[in-house]
Amino acid sequence: MSATVSLPTGSRARRRLLMFEPYLYSAPALLLVAATTLIPIVIGISYAFRNIMLLDPTSGDFVGLDNFRELLRDASFWNALKNTVVWTASCVGFQFLFGLILALMLNRPFPGRALIQATIFLPWAIPTFLVGMNWSWLLNPAIGPLPHWAYALGLMNAPDNILSDPDYALWGPIFAGIWWGTPFFAITLLAALQSIPREIYEAAEIDGAGGLERFRSITLPFLAPTMVITVLLRTIWVANSPELIVVMTKGGPADASQIVASYVFTQAYQGLNFGYASAVATALVLLLLVYAFLLIAIRQTMLGRR
Amino acid sequence: MRGSPRVRLIKWSLHYGVLFLFVVAALFPLYWLVKISLTPNDSLYTHSIDLWPATISLEHYATVIGNSDFLLFFRNSIIVSGVTAIASTLLAAAAGYAFSRFVFRGRYWIVGVMLVTQMFPLVIVITPIFSIFGPLGLTNSLTGLIIIYTAFNIPFATFLMQSFFDGIPKELEEAAMIDGATRFKALLQIIAPLTLPGIAATMGFCFTGAWGEILFALLLNSAASTSTFPVGLLLYSTRATIEFGPMMAAGVLALLPVCIFFFLIQRYLVQGLTAGAVKG
Repeated sequence: MSATVSLPTGSRARRRLLMFEPYLYSAPALLLVAATTLIPIVIGISYAFRNIMLLDPTSGDFVGLDNFRELLRDASFWNALKNTVVWTASCVGFQFLFGLILALMLNRPFPGRALIQATIFLPWAIPTFLVGMNWSWLLNPAIGPLPHWAYALGLMNAPDNILSDPDYALWGPIFAGIWWGTPFFAITLLAALQSIPREIYEAAEIDGAGGLERFRSITLPFLAPTMVITVLLRTIWVANSPELIVVMTKGGPADASQIVASYVFTQAYQGLNFGYASAVATALVLLLLVYAFLLIAIRQTMLGRR
Repeated sequence: MRGSPRVRLIKWSLHYGVLFLFVVAALFPLYWLVKISLTPNDSLYTHSIDLWPATISLEHYATVIGNSDFLLFFRNSIIVSGVTAIASTLLAAAAGYAFSRFVFRGRYWIVGVMLVTQMFPLVIVITPIFSIFGPLGLTNSLTGLIIIYTAFNIPFATFLMQSFFDGIPKELEEAAMIDGATRFKALLQIIAPLTLPGIAATMGFCFTGAWGEILFALLLNSAASTSTFPVGLLLYSTRATIEFGPMMAAGVLALLPVCIFFFLIQRYLVQGLTAGAVKG
């Protein structure tokens, strides 16, 4: 190093070093990401076409599309797919709705705003596993108040734990997910709101635009790109996140609250059938790709029309 | 808000009323966690749904701290999260600096690789990583978890660090380089001190991410000696006789470092996002 420093600028050795400099800085990060994410993704997809059993050294043959044929006949998979739609739509829908309300209310200054903002954003900082455990305690009639309140309000016939009810078990993780993810939308939308120039509102007000009119013709158009991107990314993220379900129900009772992502995890964790688990994961990737392309296409046509 | 004083009063009461509901909803689960952790065993089940505990005691915290397993889980989590935070921030700072200051061939490919890996569901790498790490002796090992968590944190941390470097004028290190310093020396002595808040925020993100991760911790490290706190707590909760009091006390303890960090950075977080949005 020190030898090259003393060379005059413009010498070939120095220029070559300068050319390599950005690669030296970015290589360690890139190599680690490639080795532990990119290569495993490729291997994972290849597993989907093989018969791989953990603890069985004779397995590992290529079986073509057998895993996917099994997938099409697997009732648990179709149920998990249906649950993934319910889980993702409910979580993202309510998180977005509550987040938007919060962002609009926190956008103008008022006494106590900083404190209220910090408090409302707090759930986002709680580690996911603890969110899951905290909500399963709240829903547990032995120590949690929620079943007793629901019973008192007539929403339930008895103060039971919904996490052990096959018809409603998925709603436990959904409640936890809404509670946990709402601040994320609030933060993102609030940041977007605060970047709208004040002058536009002032001009509209001088022109006599009412509150609703200003929201429709200034706030919404300015917010729309952020909304679309955030919802797109968040949907993918929520559909991919099995943590709350793994912690709260393990997908049970009897796979009733399983989503595709948690199905992959439980297959790998208990089933030891790595080939099949990878086929399910690959199917999830394909579905998400289709979803992303659809959303981008919708966005393009919307932008084109404007 | 415009309108007559009466209308304004109604509007403001509505404003605070709705916000109050959100505050209650945000705090209630955490309040309950703390409440149960402080309720002594003799009234825990008989008065389980009272809003206030009749008596308060720290007996559950004593049970947790006296339990050597929990101390071990806590130690494991601190090591894993701490080393992950330092390693991923160092690597991400270097890469973020390169993206911020250089235009170089392959830049878009590198950024693309990092973005693409973020789009894939984590579950697809679960089986391959298990198969790769097994023979390397990285299952049931803290090192294995550190490697995984560092890699998962790097893409986001890199973009975060890049935005911090973007906020520092290029002229600062150019001036130092004209004075004869190498770029690396200018980076260490002039730029790094200016990005300290950014470095702290990035480390905080990586620390909390690793602190709460459960899927890989559960799958890779099944032995109690290498379990992290989340795994220890989850396995504790599935035992035949569940002691809710100590479990919730342990939950509160797991929460403390994260909450402190969050209160320190949350104002800064909205500012950072706003700056990013303005820059577009």
